[in-house]
Amino acid sequence: MTTPKVISRNATSSELDADYKWGFTIDIESDLAPKGLNEDIVRLISAKKEEPEWLLEWRLKAFHHWQKLKQQAPTWANVEYPPIDYQDIYYYAAPKTDAPKSLDEVDPEILAAFDKLGIPLQERERLAGVAVDAVLDSASVATTYKETLEKHGVIFCPISEAVREHPDLVQKYLGSVVPYADNFYATLNSAVFSDGSFVYIPKGVRCPIELMTYFRINQADSGQFERTLIIAEEGAYVSYLEGCTAPARKTHQLHAAVVELVALDNAEIKYSTLQNWFPGDKDGNGGVYNFVTKRGIARENAKISWTQVETGSAITWKYPSVILDGNNSVGEFYSVALVNNHQQADTGTKMIHKGKNTRSTIVAKGISAGQGNATYRGLVRVLASADGAKNFTQCDSLLVGDQCGAHTVPYIEVKNPTAQMEHEASTSKVSDDQLFYCQQRGMSVEDAHFMIINGFCRGIFQELPFEFAMEASQLLKVSLEGAVG
Amino acid sequence: MAAATKGSTPLLTIKGLTASAGDLEILKGIDLEVFTGEVHAIMGPNGSGKSTLANVLAGRPDYTVTGGQVLFDGQDILKLEPEIRARMGLFLAFQYPLELPGVRAWQFLKAGVDARRVHNGEEEMNAREFDQMLKAKVAQVQIDPDLVARAVNEGFSGGEKKRNEILQMAVLAPKLALLDETDSGLDIDALRIVSDGVNLLRSPENAVVLVTHYQRILNYITPNHVHVLFDGRIVQSGGPELAHELEEKGYDWIKDAANAGV
Repeated sequence: MTTPKVISRNATSSELDADYKWGFTIDIESDLAPKGLNEDIVRLISAKKEEPEWLLEWRLKAFHHWQKLKQQAPTWANVEYPPIDYQDIYYYAAPKTDAPKSLDEVDPEILAAFDKLGIPLQERERLAGVAVDAVLDSASVATTYKETLEKHGVIFCPISEAVREHPDLVQKYLGSVVPYADNFYATLNSAVFSDGSFVYIPKGVRCPIELMTYFRINQADSGQFERTLIIAEEGAYVSYLEGCTAPARKTHQLHAAVVELVALDNAEIKYSTLQNWFPGDKDGNGGVYNFVTKRGIARENAKISWTQVETGSAITWKYPSVILDGNNSVGEFYSVALVNNHQQADTGTKMIHKGKNTRSTIVAKGISAGQGNATYRGLVRVLASADGAKNFTQCDSLLVGDQCGAHTVPYIEVKNPTAQMEHEASTSKVSDDQLFYCQQRGMSVEDAHFMIINGFCRGIFQELPFEFAMEASQLLKVSLEGAVG
Repeated sequence: MAAATKGSTPLLTIKGLTASAGDLEILKGIDLEVFTGEVHAIMGPNGSGKSTLANVLAGRPDYTVTGGQVLFDGQDILKLEPEIRARMGLFLAFQYPLELPGVRAWQFLKAGVDARRVHNGEEEMNAREFDQMLKAKVAQVQIDPDLVARAVNEGFSGGEKKRNEILQMAVLAPKLALLDETDSGLDIDALRIVSDGVNLLRSPENAVVLVTHYQRILNYITPNHVHVLFDGRIVQSGGPELAHELEEKGYDWIKDAANAGV
């Protein structure tokens, strides 16, 4: 099999939306498979990564299942977009240079790109004590802080490396929470996933630093299909952060990731996301289709907490979920989803209560501006076995302007009479009186909007690690530009 | 109470001000001069336009100015955005203070202080300095420090909201404070706190315009001038004794006099 080597194309500046601060492309040679998806491509990806036979077989099973789905993506979400041509997408693109051994070996242009993104690796390494696994397109670029982690027995590496170095762990857990046949996009991901992060926290270990991955789509017309697997053994704790950006491009890009979390007895996983994929321009051209499956399973007394700030993507389709399998397990979902211009978001969570005395908390804040459309869609399911299950759900929508939309679609299924469910929902508008009040104290209309919206999100930002909270707030401000003032 | 020392130019000059809400003309020609060091009370029956006057001066977008002129600190402010007027030192204590869910009072007030400082070519106040200043003001106006830790007016009682307005006024230290019926709906303790706050703020460098329906607050704050507004016009002006007269006789004689004059 031959692989054509092409230089990644740079979007011309006229293609780029100048307002999107993160919109730039990096001129590095890409190792690019031809467009389109077939069995050969799946085999190529697997071969490129020198994967064991079992993984190739798993990918092929997924691919064949995906073929049976006849490209019928789910249509129930409250989003509209033209059909995606899955044969017009690159399924593999990796930076050509060999994997670096240390930061010094990382392509300076890639490092410069991360600087532009506001993530100077060395800086973060030194100042924030965050280990960064940066995934550029498909392959991992650099992993920092390895030694500290190794001392505690923590594994944090690209999943491709984990497949080589820790095959037993990967084989045991890959697909255990999100099976390959789970849904259309998860199936696609299972067939073609390129890279992603792998985290393993041994029994009783509290991971000493926050782990972070930055994802970035660089290649034009390429899909990004990263796969993340996090395993917290009994009594372990980890806080994991992911950030996402993509260059501004005229065409849409597909991002179909899968994240699986396994929290064994008494373990805790805190997973935070700042999603800032390119949202498209003011007229709705371009932007990332973010169709993501995220799910965790919590065993006895375990806790899984999802916190997300979603400001990017043309379309977001994402429901980070928790299966509350063990007795007394806890699931949390804290979300801010902001849509501006022509962005659409259909996002929420699923809390599946199986164990006794399981508890879940959902706090979802949607902000709609411009002609954006935000839908909260959430399922709380209490199975017959879940005696004493409790859920609290709060969905708040804030409207900015009069051309946007906010929708709330809660599903509640309770099969156990001892369950306690609470659901609160509100929709409000930034009122002219509130704005005048802020103005009368000296703030501009724009600053007033920003302050009110920040206040609306406060409960969520509090759930984020401090550094991320600052960044999230900044991201909201940038994302709202043009919508207010 | 210290006698007002009149400067040579008024801090606020209102000439022939007319304003409407939608098609309804509310202010029908207001003339008023306010000098630094003065407290003016504007009284009048419901619907006379006194709240409108305070809000028009602050630039509330619900009203349209249809004529006249307002000079504040020597500048014609009617075309200026509300935030510019605020940064120049004009403060409005709201009749119905707004709730800003999740917005920390600390952050809200610092944004206001900084906006004014930047407007005056100064640097933003550093956080520690601001914190100390805020603590001092909280103590000065005798407000429960807990109110500052909460979000702006979120879940506050009516009285707490009004007290919070006084705290904001103390922190922002305006040249001109307009109090829009700040006294209404207050119990006697809250009324005293509000009045003490206003008296604390009184200085030869600033001025207060107190819009009120009741004479009650004037037992605590002695105005230099009292004006009676009726049907969009000031129909009577006088000293503090005018307020007592209104207390005794009510507003009917004003209405009668005004109607007889037309």
